[in-house]
Amino acid sequence: MRLAAFDEMLPEVSGLRRPYSAYDRWLKEQDPARLTEKMQDAERVFRKTGITFAVYGEQEASERLIPFDIVPRIISGNEWRRLTQGIEQRVQALNAFLDDIYHRQEILRAGRVPRELIAKNEAFLPEMIGVRPPAGVYTHIIGVDIVRISEDEFYVLEDNARTPSGVSYMLENRETMMQLFPELFQKIKVRPVENYPQLLRQSLAAVRPQSTKGTPTIAVLTPGSFNSAYFEHAFLADQMGVQLVEGQDLRVIDGHVAMRTTEGYKQIDVLYRRVDDSFLDPLTFRPDSALGIPGIMDVYRAGNITIANAPGTGIADDKAIYSYMPEIVEFYTGRKAILGNIPTWRCSEPDSLKYVLEHIDELVIKEVHGSGGYGMLVGPAATKKECEDFSKKLAAKPSNYIAQPTLALSTCPILTDKGLAPRHVDLRPYVLVSDRIQIVPGGLTRVALKEGSLVVNSSQGGGTKDTWVLDD
Amino acid sequence: MLLGRTANGLYWMNRYIERAENMARLVDAGLRMALTRTQSASEEWNSVLLSAGSDVAFTQKYQDYTAANVADFLLRDTSNPSSTMVAIETARNNARMVRTALTRETWESINEAWMSLKRMLARPIDERDLPSVLDAIKRETALIRGSFYGTMLRNEIFDFSQLGTYVERADNTARILDVKYYVLLPSISWVGSTLDNYQWESILRSVSAHRSYRWVYEADYKPTNIADYLILNVRMPRSLTFCYRFLAEHLKFLGDDYGERHACHATADKTQAMLRAGSIKDIFDAGLHEFLANFIRENTRLGDEIAQDYRFN
Repeated sequence: MRLAAFDEMLPEVSGLRRPYSAYDRWLKEQDPARLTEKMQDAERVFRKTGITFAVYGEQEASERLIPFDIVPRIISGNEWRRLTQGIEQRVQALNAFLDDIYHRQEILRAGRVPRELIAKNEAFLPEMIGVRPPAGVYTHIIGVDIVRISEDEFYVLEDNARTPSGVSYMLENRETMMQLFPELFQKIKVRPVENYPQLLRQSLAAVRPQSTKGTPTIAVLTPGSFNSAYFEHAFLADQMGVQLVEGQDLRVIDGHVAMRTTEGYKQIDVLYRRVDDSFLDPLTFRPDSALGIPGIMDVYRAGNITIANAPGTGIADDKAIYSYMPEIVEFYTGRKAILGNIPTWRCSEPDSLKYVLEHIDELVIKEVHGSGGYGMLVGPAATKKECEDFSKKLAAKPSNYIAQPTLALSTCPILTDKGLAPRHVDLRPYVLVSDRIQIVPGGLTRVALKEGSLVVNSSQGGGTKDTWVLDD
Repeated sequence: MLLGRTANGLYWMNRYIERAENMARLVDAGLRMALTRTQSASEEWNSVLLSAGSDVAFTQKYQDYTAANVADFLLRDTSNPSSTMVAIETARNNARMVRTALTRETWESINEAWMSLKRMLARPIDERDLPSVLDAIKRETALIRGSFYGTMLRNEIFDFSQLGTYVERADNTARILDVKYYVLLPSISWVGSTLDNYQWESILRSVSAHRSYRWVYEADYKPTNIADYLILNVRMPRSLTFCYRFLAEHLKFLGDDYGERHACHATADKTQAMLRAGSIKDIFDAGLHEFLANFIRENTRLGDEIAQDYRFN
């Protein structure tokens, strides 16, 4: 499959784009052999520091590296300002939507989002009805996946409002680039990202429960060292200077959550959890969960702990809800969405289903509740047989799927054996919400390393790049 | 403040690093004996396995006490929970779990040791390569130790780590002595045959002390001096007294920091007092084997009490 894509460095029509001019000058002075060497250095750095992720379902190679490309993806200051406005608006709307959906449900009454989409949705937690989290924030850490298709067209592909991952790669990518090419950062002014852990800590401290006395105790909750994102959990706890805890370390004592330390139990005020909702509290959700803390939901409802992100935020980034985001943004902010949505067919609607089945080989079809690129079909890249098999699955349970056109995602060059070659990319900026909204300049650029591929997920052969926002 | 689970991870990480290295040392000493005394080689390998506490598991798998079999079992067998490979992997898993408590240098040295040993021990070791493999193991663990001592803050994290190191080391030295205690007993009929000399050197070699012994005592090996060196010498970094000096010190730091003394403090003090009071003559008079057996028991008890008192389990 070959799509005429917009290249962010060197578009076919207009020539080298300005954000890349200084980098391009530098690149032309480099010896190609030295660059290849640097690429190997980068891999060594990652391997040595143990920046790995686990791939589910693969026995061997249980720890793999996410491939890193040394050509940065560069965004101008102006482009970034526009993006941040759109992201801020969207994040405000997401939090307002969550507050509404767990309280008065005005948006359902107004008929802007169908009622059955909420009530029947697994991501909607009835346990959260009437619960107002500390400081009124539901989704504290958000990763908004953005794609670009031309000079001026940016779209939101997905809102990750539960526990978005990847921010450690953003930080390590920058660290690695600064180690490999210190001279580049002297020549080109790139806005820093390395204060993210401090911002995260401040942001979490700002949403502590009202009852907290003095400095709040913050902890990161991980499912354990065998989780695919364990490296990131440890990394963030380390960088923030807070404890990394597992469910087995925690217990509810006297109406508070406490961790078992070498000196006895100590109270926790803010829990940055990287454990899914359903595993959080075996007394409230999955009774077989060994990862959670029995009774934590009672502590939460009593307002004695902040859980970030709040339970039940999944209803805001659900793929079935996604198609209503333009309405949601407008409903809560009173303005049109600055960042658009990708046109989406809801297969639950008979007309849409008919269209999708007829055009299956042109569309990308996703499971409503899936993530990580699992269980999706990229029509143009699929075989006839794969399309037929998928059609059957789709027809059997249409409400489980949405479909989107195959977009020509923008490309960025990567360094290959044969020099620079364009590959499709997306962008995940990280947003922190407390009493304010903060967005670290840049984010994680994911790149589909296979020529022509549109799937950027690390579990499906994607890599990453350092993302530069120019201080211009 | 430290999570109980983190303290546990630090403690075991260091016990396993120590163990990974001790296995290499034991094989090294055995190899030396086997090369110089070919007739008693299988006996020598048997005592190496006894010192490693792996004799039963070994005989379930092998019939012959050969260098290749023993080295394979103690260095790279993944079914042997104490082999160097398993020990370094367990140490690394623990390090991964407590990563936030370690400096970047310490974590990287452990991770790199794991990567390089995994590569090196992936296939059976050619006998010609055995010396260089043993060197590599000792070098990797030395690098870990160096990064650890060079970069870690001297706080409770350091204390729990050191407790693991010294409990394991004391156990190891005591076992080496106990397996060979009979060659150290005074014999009435003759004073030091050549065989005894080899045996004595082998004991010293298993704790990397065959050179430093001569700096402290006269050049000739004497059983009482060897026992004195490994049990009572306060300067010898693998002696029981040395281990307990540091165990008591780190437990005291923890006690002072937390403002609380536990059962483990009493046990460590008791063992330390026993080591301080005795002369090597007293120990021989009361029975070397009995002394060592009692020491190993008390040392194990100390480990259990530390885990209990600091909420490891």
